[in-house]
Amino acid sequence: MNKTILEVKGLKKYFPISKGAQKGMFVKAIDGIDFTTKEGETLGLVGESGSGKSTTAYNVIGMYGATAGKITFKGEDISQISSKRPLNFKKDIQMVFQDPGTTLNPQRSVRQILTLPLSIHGMLDKNDPEGQLIQLLEAVELSAEYLYKYPSSLGGGERQMLAVARALSTNPSMIVLDEPTSSLDVSVQAKIINMLLRLQQQHNLSYLFITHDLSLMRNLATKVAIMYLGKIAEIAPVETFFTAPRHPYTQMLLSAIPVISEEEEIFKQAKITPKGEIPSPVNVPKGCGFNTRCPFAKEECFIDDPLMQEIEPEHFVRCHLI
Amino acid sequence: MNNKQEKVVTKRDKYENIKQSWYKFSLNKMSVVGLVVVCLVAILGVFEPIIAPFPTHVGAYVNFKEASIPPNTTYWMGTDVFGRDIMSRIFYAFRGALTMGIGVLVVVVPLGGILGLIAGYWKGNWISTLIMRVTDVFLALPPLILALAVSAILRPTLLNSMMAICVSWWPWYTRLIYGMTTTLRNELYVKSAELLGASKGHILFREILPNCLGPLFTKMTLDMGWVILTGASLSFVGLGEQPPIPSLGTMVSDGAKFLPAQWWIAIFPALAIMVIVLGFNLMGDGIKDMLSSEE
Amino acid sequence: MKDKIVDIRDLHVWYRTFAGQVKVLNGVNLNVIRGEKVGIVGETGCGKTTTVKSILKILAKQASIPKGEIFFNGTDVLKKNKNELKQLHGSGASMIFQDPTMSLNPVFTIGSQMFAVIKYSGQPGAEKKSVQQALAIKALKETSMPDPERILQSYPFQLSGGMRQRISIAMSLATPRDLVIADEPTTNLDVTIQDQVLKMLKQRVEDKGSSLILITHSLGVARETTDRIYVMYAGSMVETAFTNELFKKQLHPYTQALMDCIPRLSGGGVSEGIPGRIPNYLNPSAGCRFAPRCPKAFERCQTEKPEYVDVGTEHQVACFLYS
Repeated sequence: MNKTILEVKGLKKYFPISKGAQKGMFVKAIDGIDFTTKEGETLGLVGESGSGKSTTAYNVIGMYGATAGKITFKGEDISQISSKRPLNFKKDIQMVFQDPGTTLNPQRSVRQILTLPLSIHGMLDKNDPEGQLIQLLEAVELSAEYLYKYPSSLGGGERQMLAVARALSTNPSMIVLDEPTSSLDVSVQAKIINMLLRLQQQHNLSYLFITHDLSLMRNLATKVAIMYLGKIAEIAPVETFFTAPRHPYTQMLLSAIPVISEEEEIFKQAKITPKGEIPSPVNVPKGCGFNTRCPFAKEECFIDDPLMQEIEPEHFVRCHLI
Repeated sequence: MNNKQEKVVTKRDKYENIKQSWYKFSLNKMSVVGLVVVCLVAILGVFEPIIAPFPTHVGAYVNFKEASIPPNTTYWMGTDVFGRDIMSRIFYAFRGALTMGIGVLVVVVPLGGILGLIAGYWKGNWISTLIMRVTDVFLALPPLILALAVSAILRPTLLNSMMAICVSWWPWYTRLIYGMTTTLRNELYVKSAELLGASKGHILFREILPNCLGPLFTKMTLDMGWVILTGASLSFVGLGEQPPIPSLGTMVSDGAKFLPAQWWIAIFPALAIMVIVLGFNLMGDGIKDMLSSEE
Repeated sequence: MKDKIVDIRDLHVWYRTFAGQVKVLNGVNLNVIRGEKVGIVGETGCGKTTTVKSILKILAKQASIPKGEIFFNGTDVLKKNKNELKQLHGSGASMIFQDPTMSLNPVFTIGSQMFAVIKYSGQPGAEKKSVQQALAIKALKETSMPDPERILQSYPFQLSGGMRQRISIAMSLATPRDLVIADEPTTNLDVTIQDQVLKMLKQRVEDKGSSLILITHSLGVARETTDRIYVMYAGSMVETAFTNELFKKQLHPYTQALMDCIPRLSGGGVSEGIPGRIPNYLNPSAGCRFAPRCPKAFERCQTEKPEYVDVGTEHQVACFLYS
């Protein structure tokens, strides 16, 4: 039985607006979320603009400190910003960012980029530093000659693979991945996802994987959480999430995906046509945040924000219709 | 293991990079002209004793028989009131000019740059505000006026006029690097380094600074011309290298009295100043193109 | 004889760089029948954008066209100069870009930009402000934009990405066009917004009787929006078929590999991807450009370039496996 490695409770992250017409108000990027991840598991976070999925990732990795709530990693509290965390946590959780264009410093060679995390944490092999780096490259299926190249001569896919190598270098227990393949071609994406799955097996890694691509999530995650306007609308084991989702937003998102085969059409659920615009996280509607677009909204939905309910083991939904 | 192979790969990459940089630079013909001019000035200045027709004329040389001769086949640019060959003196003066330019930049770029990095990275912090307010104060004063004021207090020598220019020049670099640092510190690769636990020194000098080099080198190239011009302006009013050492500005001011009759005494040094500034400016355009990353 | 609004034959496009000529397009054949919605599907760098930019002749100045012909509405585009092409740009074709910040100027209001587009369209009466206003509001209403009058007075930064893209679409359909070219119009949009935008684009194009060229790297998007698809790889078309047909039967190894790579909503794991990289366009091989990565390649593929072969109704493949 795998034990829990990451636990998030009541996490909130508000950003104050300092200028303009809305001064004094807050962007409620995350407004109270709870989830747990077990060792060796992949938790998928899905959502669209303003959902707060990236902010969640940044909170876990320490780019932001929590406004309220608690994040616990291996039993220790890591709710604060990275600079206030102990050094050993910085090597135990690593991150891969979305944009391959800016994730690597264009003025530094691959060798310099990969050496940095090792030298910070004193993990550099003094006798054979190059050999150590070459092994890292091989783990992500890149040849030794990449060592002296610069990011500008690499394609997007290669840069992301390097970002993964950098994340792996310190033998972390968990990697947070924020849309790592969204800007890549499908054939490159397949290669990287394959590699991630293989590495997970080999090193018993836990992943917090964020994407808007539900088809990808289906084949990658152990558990899926869908976010809307800073809150989790539904969270369930992957099979249940895709075969029997209960939240109208989950169903709406599923029905909007362009698929390529007839068999997949079945999973697009009752064809709930997406309508309306996504509200801004500054002006969250009163009651349930989804009420501006939900085809089933009733009176209650405009007054009270629903609570998370566990409708079956491990399956939570936040909706008045349950 | 494959060390030799990798070193070969590195060398080849570097060679390719240089070829590509040169290609970008040379796309604009005028930049190449600028480069040629600058190289010529440097060569003439450095090899003056060998190239100049009358190397002794740069010192305390007087020959009233040959004074104020217009440009002819012996004296290509004529002679001044003391009978000294103007061309040889101009070549020698190039030394002072280039020394001025390089000397000033060697001081202001690191000084201004480091202050800019600190102020930019810790923007919002009191130290950043302090640095930038002091910078603003210095920027409010016109560089020439400030240099004049400082020079007037100190004895007029090349070194002192260089120091005077330094005092008024450093804030421009602080502002340049500050601007770039405030943007660059939000780049993902910088955030990555922070999250990994890198030291602030590493982040400032190894992650951020290398990405500032483009605009920095462009500005430095252009500034060479402007510093030289400012230096010439200072020596024009007597605050620079003292006679008999030739300095372009002094030569112009001495010769101005003799316009328009003995025009060559002032005009040739003035043209020389113009040529240097133009050369660096044209080169600066090319450097900008060379460092811009357009594929 | 079908009325072809666009007919590209054996198009070659080269770009001059310091390292030599980059041979981006290697013999592109593509046509669009009036009223048809055609999709060009391919991965980054295969030349999709270069192809459509050639139709409008808006390629960068380092580009040259050593070979090939492009016919738009029967006119040979490559033989025309700038003035003669004005009609083409004014009312013949319009382009929707992937990033609406490219086609919307941030310092002008939406209204002033839309009026400008209408004014230069050559429509009768288009010089009058009242006509421009009326057409602009009509176009916005047709794309289900709420409160068109307020939108016309807004600046692009005040609107969301989805709205900006819909405005781009409205702008390109404000006056009658023979052809709309949409280059990855929904790539940067949220999935639910993408769904709405694509449906709207399809509807508008059909209502106006225009033709559509849709460029996308997503086969799913192409499946839902187009009648016929071209699959492109490294500068030429490798397979083309009616949309329904293509998803039932893929013949070219690249098309098959591409389909394989796409994760399925129904589960089933992730494929291995396609080994190798896209070829170097500086010194491309004389043979099939996919051969180095093709699991079914044989000797002939390395040296000869495969031509199109008919394998069904409007279904063609450029592969030696079928000839």
